[in-house]
Amino acid sequence: MSIEKMESAIGDLPSSGIESTVEATYVYEAPLRLWHWVNAAAILVLAVTGYLIGSPLPSLSGEASDHYLMGYIRFFHFVAAYVFAVGLIGRIYWAFVGNSHAKQLFLPPLLSKTWWAEIWHEMKWYAFLVKTPKKYVGHNPLASLAMFTMFVTGSIFMIFTGFALYAEGQGMDSWWYDAFAGWLIPLFGQSQDVHTWHHIGMWFLITFIMIHIYAAIREDIMSRQSLVSTMINGWRTWKDDRKD
Amino acid sequence: MANTEVASPIESFYDVMRRQGISRRSFIKYCSLTATALGLGPAFVGKIAHAMENKPRIPVLWLHGLECTCCSESFIRSAHPLAKDVILSMISLDYDDTIMAAAGHQAEAIIDETIEKYDGQFLLAVEGNTPLNQDGMSCIIAGKPFHHQIEKVAKHCKAIISWGSCASWGCVQAARPNPTQATPTHKLITDKPIIKVPGCPPIAEVMTGVITYMLTFDKMPTLDRQGRPKMFYSQRIHDKCYRRPHFDAGQFVEEFDDENAKKGYCLYKVGCKGPTTYNACSTIRWNEGTSFPIQAGHGCIGCSEDGFWDKGSFYDRLTEVHGFGIEADADEIGFAVAGATGAAIAVHAAASALSSAKNSQEDTKGE
Repeated sequence: MSIEKMESAIGDLPSSGIESTVEATYVYEAPLRLWHWVNAAAILVLAVTGYLIGSPLPSLSGEASDHYLMGYIRFFHFVAAYVFAVGLIGRIYWAFVGNSHAKQLFLPPLLSKTWWAEIWHEMKWYAFLVKTPKKYVGHNPLASLAMFTMFVTGSIFMIFTGFALYAEGQGMDSWWYDAFAGWLIPLFGQSQDVHTWHHIGMWFLITFIMIHIYAAIREDIMSRQSLVSTMINGWRTWKDDRKD
Repeated sequence: MANTEVASPIESFYDVMRRQGISRRSFIKYCSLTATALGLGPAFVGKIAHAMENKPRIPVLWLHGLECTCCSESFIRSAHPLAKDVILSMISLDYDDTIMAAAGHQAEAIIDETIEKYDGQFLLAVEGNTPLNQDGMSCIIAGKPFHHQIEKVAKHCKAIISWGSCASWGCVQAARPNPTQATPTHKLITDKPIIKVPGCPPIAEVMTGVITYMLTFDKMPTLDRQGRPKMFYSQRIHDKCYRRPHFDAGQFVEEFDDENAKKGYCLYKVGCKGPTTYNACSTIRWNEGTSFPIQAGHGCIGCSEDGFWDKGSFYDRLTEVHGFGIEADADEIGFAVAGATGAAIAVHAAASALSSAKNSQEDTKGE
């Protein structure tokens, strides 16, 4: 495919954000793909270490000074949290400088009627009411809605509640406390409530990730387009030549 | 008659202390102890002594709303400084219906007298909170609902100290469903500076320390965003807990009667709320620094935190979520939701496989 064709495919995005083509399209640029997988790793570390902070492993015996198990678990949680938070900031930056598909995660066209019609279509596809799926160059509208309402908002929620809890350890005179904890903890009630909501947020993201992985693999097998490989090499390829 | 008494309408702390037979030497010792209790350097001993010699004793009206008197019980056990020093020497505790000698109309008259003589000069200390339901009938002082008294006094005071979790947050009488509509001070009085000294009760030395600070420096201590003095409430129990090394190491009491409990391991797994509680127990401790709950082998129950009665069990580190007739903590709910999602995915995947098999069969038939 020529460069011009590729650019026109990207440039011709209709306002609904829905687009279909028969040409293979370069959708996810390298920084975005890198972010996706680094972010996935960070979330995996965060979920496992976070769960172990809330429900620690069986007690160790011997001298306290011989071990630093909780210390290490918390350390990796904080490191992964920074990766996660800085990654999201980088991803938002990329929405401005990357290609048009890079914006889709943050800007679902909530006011577009066609978009909602497509969501209805996707829901019917998942309910086995429609036999042939449609083609989407970017995220399909239902995926886009789930990514925005569950992943983007969930991530921001976890970053704010998480850094508020981190700030408690840093102390009241730290800038973390002013930036995150000072206003957020009273908003939730007290520290214990923030802990509780941070746990709920983890399960919320885990639920999203389960659906996300299942849907991606299922679409990869059953739809008419590439899914998993697209997030690896960036190219959306099609299994047939039919339009739409 | 000494000249100082003529010059100042109210006696200074030093005058009173000397009158009570306290030597200059003991007075300086007391100043050093106070400086230490406040975490100040040696240079401040002189400042405290100077303030005590020159500043008049501030009148304090100590009101009691809906409360259990645990704050007063704690206060009178203060060792550094001794509560008797605070009450008899440092402040002029004009009204405190629990411990004052006067009673009845005689006692109530003191309130009017103080308001008249020291309008805008005196401190209001509130123990307990104010019930507003049933026209405030759940707490009657001198024949009238308590909110009449607190509103009247608050109008004329300089600043308010909210003693304990009752006055600061609401505590047990404000726990759901709060039938008397027990209201903490800051929600009732909004036009005066308020210092919250939460705890059920607050630590004695924290209470006297706050008063000493205000008298010494003639200003409010630095408060955090929720109105608590930072010098006592800026860190969690967990941050200064002597069992913290066991937490970091991953050594926990699994059950209250196990070997690890005897060894004094961290109480995190049996529900200690030290990591979510801002207070000075692990530093100052109780009863002249003898002990505090964690040292006695029991987790912190978070008594100085907002709404601690409404956050589920004292032995859970997560708040119970009430709804649809079920009670479960965040992890139980999350595990159930994730499990249900997993099951749904499995069913959907099987259905997808079946339907695609059927479709491909049909396709082959069609060809």
